[in-house]
Amino acid sequence: MIIITIVLVLMVLAALWASLTTLLLRATIALALTSAMLAVVMYSLGATIAAVMELSVCAGLISVVFVSVISLTQRKPFKDYVTRRMSRMRRFWALPLVLVAIGVVLSFVHAPVQIALPLPGGDGDVRTVLWNLRQLDLFGQILILLAGVFGVLVLFKKDGPDGD
Amino acid sequence: MAIEIPQSFWLYFIFFILLLVDGLWCMLATYNLLRILIGLEVLMKSVTFFLIVAGFLSGRMALAQAMVITVIVIEVVVVVAAAGIILGLFRKNDSLNIRTTRNLKG
Repeated sequence: MIIITIVLVLMVLAALWASLTTLLLRATIALALTSAMLAVVMYSLGATIAAVMELSVCAGLISVVFVSVISLTQRKPFKDYVTRRMSRMRRFWALPLVLVAIGVVLSFVHAPVQIALPLPGGDGDVRTVLWNLRQLDLFGQILILLAGVFGVLVLFKKDGPDGD
Repeated sequence: MAIEIPQSFWLYFIFFILLLVDGLWCMLATYNLLRILIGLEVLMKSVTFFLIVAGFLSGRMALAQAMVITVIVIEVVVVVAAAGIILGLFRKNDSLNIRTTRNLKG
């Protein structure tokens, strides 16, 4: 339990760093770190396959996409860095304080939670659930992947003769 | 049938709320399109985390993992499509500022 709490704190700190930092590349690295910490938490809670997916896809693939977009859009990375940093500090200085305040208040409130949960047990293997019980989800995933591929193809299509 | 939620629920709930507030702030307090996407990613992380916690507490981890895998796949498609849109806007406007999208048609 202590280890999970430490990893959770590190996850929130990494997410905070992703919000606060001025350089976009650092924000991408912080986002990957958040994903890695989330994968550790998932693994500790017993969600091993989802943890592997999170680590490989969210910490790996999405970071690659972000770095590609940043390298294609950032032509002057250090242009008026100090000005940008000051501007960001003005907008974000309250965020760590707000997070700490919310954490302290919520840890003192500790409302009694009682909601209806399904009875434990009756849960099979994740592969059985994914391939046999949630086939409609898989179908939707395939459709969404296709939609993403066609979306990117349309976005990167060359302009027509009239440029429209 | 209602059963008592374990004590650890509140700890996970606090961290879920912290991630949610962080992602929302990151999306709201910026004009950069890429930063908005990063904020959206942090929000998605919080939702993924809470799904796993729900599966852990209710003892239905397999179902929660199947849901999380779906969420991750959709997350990737959203990020890739949004990155394509951001690149297109950057080529059009030569800027990542969201205010420059006001010159869109329609």
